[in-house]
Amino acid sequence: MSQLSLYNLQVQQLSPISLEIPAGQCITIAGPSGCGKTQLLRAIADLDPHQGEVQLNGLTQEEMPAPKWRKQVGYLPAESAWWRAQVGDHFNDPDPQQFEALGFTLEWLEREVSRLSTGERQRLALLRLLSNRPQVLLLDEPTANLDQATARQVEQLISDYRHTDQAAVIWVTHDSAQHQRSAHHYCFKGNTLEHCTWN
Amino acid sequence: MELIQLTPWDLSIAAVLVLLLAGLSFHLQLGIEKRLLIATARSAAQLSLLGLVLKIIFAQSNPITIGLLTLFMLLVASYEVMNRQQRRYRGYWGMGVGIFSMFLSSFSVTLLVLLVILQVEPWYTPQYLIPLLGMMLGNTMTGVALSLDNLNQNAWQQRASIEARLMLGHDWQSAIAEIRRNALRTGLIPIMNAMAAAGVVSIPGMMTGQILAGSPPLEAAKYQILILFLVSASIGLGSMTAIWIGSKHLFDERQRLRLDRLTQPKQ
Repeated sequence: MSQLSLYNLQVQQLSPISLEIPAGQCITIAGPSGCGKTQLLRAIADLDPHQGEVQLNGLTQEEMPAPKWRKQVGYLPAESAWWRAQVGDHFNDPDPQQFEALGFTLEWLEREVSRLSTGERQRLALLRLLSNRPQVLLLDEPTANLDQATARQVEQLISDYRHTDQAAVIWVTHDSAQHQRSAHHYCFKGNTLEHCTWN
Repeated sequence: MELIQLTPWDLSIAAVLVLLLAGLSFHLQLGIEKRLLIATARSAAQLSLLGLVLKIIFAQSNPITIGLLTLFMLLVASYEVMNRQQRRYRGYWGMGVGIFSMFLSSFSVTLLVLLVILQVEPWYTPQYLIPLLGMMLGNTMTGVALSLDNLNQNAWQQRASIEARLMLGHDWQSAIAEIRRNALRTGLIPIMNAMAAAGVVSIPGMMTGQILAGSPPLEAAKYQILILFLVSASIGLGSMTAIWIGSKHLFDERQRLRLDRLTQPKQ
């Protein structure tokens, strides 16, 4: 059972956030750009200093070495960064099935990063993150630059991963259709994160 | 051969050359005559003052005055290191990194020369200590400044890649390993160039001075070799220390990249 809990998590101008996300559950978060969604995800991944507490299965961030925390609480930023020339240099343990689910093969590992399109990089960054087998996924607009068909593939892969690995997922999106498909959605109203309903 | 004493008249002849250069600059509208004259006056004043101070210190050979002078040299060198950074560390760290790394490297290498190689009695004899330390600090300063500047510039430019590695669970050391290696290489390039050119392209200043002062050329060469080796060791040690503590300070206790600990470059 992996459960992510936030207690009075305080990020920049936002009012304190308390949330529980049980294993296997996905929540979506929407809100105008610049409202602090990215800062929230970065704080959960412990990439920025913050107030309040974040727990994974009852263990706080401070109770775990930071690299171990980030391996389990995987954060996918809106724009992926690559530090070596070849795609394969960034993977530890690539899963051929996951590659196929997004329309790749393992031969892509030999490609040059500089020759990939933005969309390809974005999907490969997701695969790179999943190869760590994180218990929590923090996704910052993972389908922003994708056409509808590939966006569907990405949604399907994340949903499959969430069910098989019982991962908790926080999904930041601008796409209202995506937002509505999820059972648990939250919106930023001013500085507060609230359960929102679609009328 | 004895040292030929320079008279004020001799120096005036050399000064006339600089004045001619300034006149030429004025005539050609290069616009550097003012700065040239100020720099000339400064160097003359600073060096004469140094000569006077050293004369007193050499005569007294008082450990406390010598200690204060070395401290002054260290502070000036650290200030120079800080001043050459595009992105400096905020607060005490701005000077602190330079002070610590150069104290550790230049002072210990100088101490090693005095105690083990030259075996001067007493070890703080200023005629040996001050010029040696000056040579170590002057060169190490360049290496440390280049290393730190390169480290912080690259960390800033490649922050997305560093954070991408942190996000995937890499520790801070592997996330900044390449940048660190690059910084050390940059810091060591000038001394490696100097060693490669020594004796073929250029005759190093110290050896020139010793030969002019009447030393046999081979003795002067041996001293120069000794100095080059020690200077390289000091630069290497100083740059490595500065890069180590400097890069560690770019991350906090939760291994977050903290570029807010650096200042913005002046435009």
